[in-house]
Amino acid sequence: MSAKAEPVSADAILVDRPTRNKRLHMTVFLALAGLLLIAPSLFYPFFLMKLLCFALFASAFNLLLGYGGLLSFGHAAYFGMASYVSAHAAKVWDLSPELAILAGTTTAAALGLVFGALAIRRQGIYFAMVTLAFAQMTYFFALQAPFTGGEDGIQAVPQGYLFGFLDLSDTMTLYYVVAAIFLLGVLLIYRIVHSPFGQVLKAIRDNEPRAVSLGYRADHYKLAVFVLSATLAGLAGATKAIVVQLASLTDVYWGMSGEVVLMTLLGGMGTIFGPMVGAAIIITMQNYLASLGAWVTVVQGVVFVIAVLLFREGIVGVLSKWIKKPL
Amino acid sequence: MAEIFSIPSAALYGQLLLGFINGAFYATLSLGLAVIFGLLNIINFTHGAQYMMGAFVGWMLLTYLGIGYWPALVLAPLIVGAIGMVIERTMISRLYKLDHLYGLLLTFGLALIIEGLFRNGYGVSGLAYAIPPQLSGGVNLGFMFLPLYRGWVVVASLVVCLATWFIIEKTRLGAYLRAATENPTLVQAFGINVPLLVTLTYGFGVALAGFAGVLAAPIYAVNPMMGSNLIIVVFAVVVIGGMGSILGAIVTGFALGLIEGLTKVFYPEAAATVIFVIMALVLLVKPAGLFGKEG
Amino acid sequence: MKIGKLILAAAAAALMSGSALAQDKIDVKLGVLNDRSGTYADLSGEGSVVAAKMAVEDFKAADKGINVEVISADHQNKPDIGSSIARQWYDQDGVDVILDVPTSSVALAVAEITKEKNKIFMNSGAGSSDLTGKACSPNTVHWTYDTWALANGTGSAMVKAGGDSWFFLTADYAFGHALERDTGAVVEKSGGKVLGNVRHPFPGQDFSSFLLQAQGSGAKVIGLANAGADTTNAIKQAAEFGIVQGGQKLAGLLTFVTDVKALGLNTAQGLVLTEAFYWDQNDGTREFSKRFAERHGGAMPTMVHAGVYASVLHYLKAVEATKGKDTAAVMAKMKETPSEDPLFGKGEVRADGRHVHDMYLFEVKKPEESTAEWDLYKTVATIPAAEAFRPLADGGCSLVQ
Repeated sequence: MSAKAEPVSADAILVDRPTRNKRLHMTVFLALAGLLLIAPSLFYPFFLMKLLCFALFASAFNLLLGYGGLLSFGHAAYFGMASYVSAHAAKVWDLSPELAILAGTTTAAALGLVFGALAIRRQGIYFAMVTLAFAQMTYFFALQAPFTGGEDGIQAVPQGYLFGFLDLSDTMTLYYVVAAIFLLGVLLIYRIVHSPFGQVLKAIRDNEPRAVSLGYRADHYKLAVFVLSATLAGLAGATKAIVVQLASLTDVYWGMSGEVVLMTLLGGMGTIFGPMVGAAIIITMQNYLASLGAWVTVVQGVVFVIAVLLFREGIVGVLSKWIKKPL
Repeated sequence: MAEIFSIPSAALYGQLLLGFINGAFYATLSLGLAVIFGLLNIINFTHGAQYMMGAFVGWMLLTYLGIGYWPALVLAPLIVGAIGMVIERTMISRLYKLDHLYGLLLTFGLALIIEGLFRNGYGVSGLAYAIPPQLSGGVNLGFMFLPLYRGWVVVASLVVCLATWFIIEKTRLGAYLRAATENPTLVQAFGINVPLLVTLTYGFGVALAGFAGVLAAPIYAVNPMMGSNLIIVVFAVVVIGGMGSILGAIVTGFALGLIEGLTKVFYPEAAATVIFVIMALVLLVKPAGLFGKEG
Repeated sequence: MKIGKLILAAAAAALMSGSALAQDKIDVKLGVLNDRSGTYADLSGEGSVVAAKMAVEDFKAADKGINVEVISADHQNKPDIGSSIARQWYDQDGVDVILDVPTSSVALAVAEITKEKNKIFMNSGAGSSDLTGKACSPNTVHWTYDTWALANGTGSAMVKAGGDSWFFLTADYAFGHALERDTGAVVEKSGGKVLGNVRHPFPGQDFSSFLLQAQGSGAKVIGLANAGADTTNAIKQAAEFGIVQGGQKLAGLLTFVTDVKALGLNTAQGLVLTEAFYWDQNDGTREFSKRFAERHGGAMPTMVHAGVYASVLHYLKAVEATKGKDTAAVMAKMKETPSEDPLFGKGEVRADGRHVHDMYLFEVKKPEESTAEWDLYKTVATIPAAEAFRPLADGGCSLVQ
């Protein structure tokens, strides 16, 4: 978002109290890991795994939006194509799951590089529209290409043996693997944000002309974060395909792009822990309100509207403001 | 029969004419969007839902109040426009000081709500709305049979589009509007009620969408998803034409209808994608759009 | 005296416990999974739940010691949502049988999960002939119809009736292609010719340019290889362009009585289609349909609803016969016992899971021929069960040797 946007906990970011914040963050990460360990005994593991994939997707998206200041309205392209390639690799090429996921993630990275290089040339709303156009083209490609199975999608994706010995058709094993992937992904995002690269990124987000005048090649940084964001979104999509054993058009549809924006907005843009909270809420809502059918759309719309009008910092953003520390 | 690229010329003209008719819809819808963005800098994602509401209001007027097509052509846009003004007053106006993208997110959320509500109320199968008897039947043009109603759609759209362009570019009211966008404080200082002008303009853009909805009701099924199917395409049209340009939206709308029609003849599977390919190309080469002015 | 009373009491206790042991209740949970809010909500939706409940009541399950619970959910025509619900139903909610599931992509996903969890899937709503072909499973019963039967019915019957040149308007996705391919094959085998085709984006809204091409081809029959809103929109717009008045016939390759009702006889008259059931076919169907309509807002049942009713009935009979719900035993019982019900008449479940029964070719009446709100079809031909479905050996199903 440009400088006209309300900055998220501005004092907290600009006045960095590194050690104290780091300790807080590490505590939260440990608590998260602990939560992930006990969660399957409380909740249906399959539902949790789906949630973790989307939490990673939202976190990856937030890297671009919250920290890069770029609203992409077409992130479903990376999530979805990675999902398709991963599914195809596991099913048709008979690759073991870690290679399938790698294949999917690489596809997303490549796509991110191509689309990003072209989209970066524009700013603001035009940037968003270009990403939307590319995502629509990806959708229609997925609809037509024979390997994606069109409406049916790629079904009955085998789960196989991770690294040759971990049996992923065992629910608990799969769960721990997904939880590990999620944690690693989020830790990576944390590392990126709290690195010199991340600092320059935030500077570009807040005032691009000034950053450029200081000698930073803004375009390179923007492209780099775009590719990183697309890659991690792809990791989420590729993992999801193995978990759900299905890759379908829903994954590349523009509604999916809209959903990830909602998750990030609701959870808190520009916070590390916000998007996963947002994802958890939205996925849970979809699951438990599933019997209400079309009302879910209405509820999501209401949440969107309220979030934009009253709640722009998102849940974790508000929390972060309250404790006066960045989250 | 003369053949052009192995398609009989009669068929080709028929397809072009049909493309032109579709273009009329694109033009009217993108006109509303262009008015709202060009003059108010609001990205109105709700436009598709408001188009759908226009069709539904027309249907409701007929079913519940027995009011026919012709009065509905005037009433439905007024009603939908009024609803739009309420939305602008209560919600959108709070976001003017913020980044434009929040407006997009808000209107996106509103679109979800409106479509969800109508889906719950009316299902997805679509409701029937008859072509008014004065416009049914058709005329045999030799190379194709043209339903009268479709011909009317083109005429009505052209009239409305040109009237709008004239009002905004050539009249005093339009001048106030354009001035208010560039420098609201100064215009306000002259005693012109700028917020009211903004609200009315939004209402007008929305009313255009509603008008397109009533035009569409007899030929496309009146169903809650009719807007979301079109909205992305209309956005593409506006971006190609130039997001601030009224004339751009009109010309591009018709032109894209023609291009889409041609694609349907030569390579029908790509008919849905061609507009996005063009949009991406235009954005990369001339981001302000073919007729737009950047800024 | 006291001993006498004691003996009486003991005898009474013995008798009561004896009858309690004899009444071993079987708890069965049925899940109706279909589209409750989207384009197929009318032809399946809540009506399928009504049909399932009616079957449970008509079978008098409670009296026979079988406790049946019917639950339902909306898969929104998306395979990921459908498979999520199916998985949760089997894992967490103790569902034994999943019913209905229109939309082939979802049906295929649910069939896969049902096989994995070794439960039973009795499909009524989907069309893909792969369910009893490449993707067949020992846990799937495909009841009502499939694309092969529809193609065969409409295709061959229309060619025999004089419609020997065809042009296809196809939805550009896997299902549309399959429908076009199957029907085209039947048309050519019956001696007709396929003049051409045009593929429209799925889902489509404006078919005018495609209809124009179909008109220009001069084919006697325009085959609509699409479904749901695409079919109804195409038919509406065809009426606008005067296609049927111009002498060409429209063949709906996947059309339901609810589509015709929504279109109205003015627009849909003359449309030819194949279905497995029509409410006004005979006394048995009429009696059921009247009761159904009373519980479903006056709307007559579609063949999908009928299929749900009949499949529940057949399943419960098998449960009663095997005195349990062991999947393998019940599936075997369902396949070895011929089915009989007032809706489909006599039929049987084949080794590949396909239920075979008579199919009917219908033509939509003209407005002046119709005497009541739901009086929409006239029967053109009956296709006997033996010819109506793809031969057992041709499907490529691994269960058939």
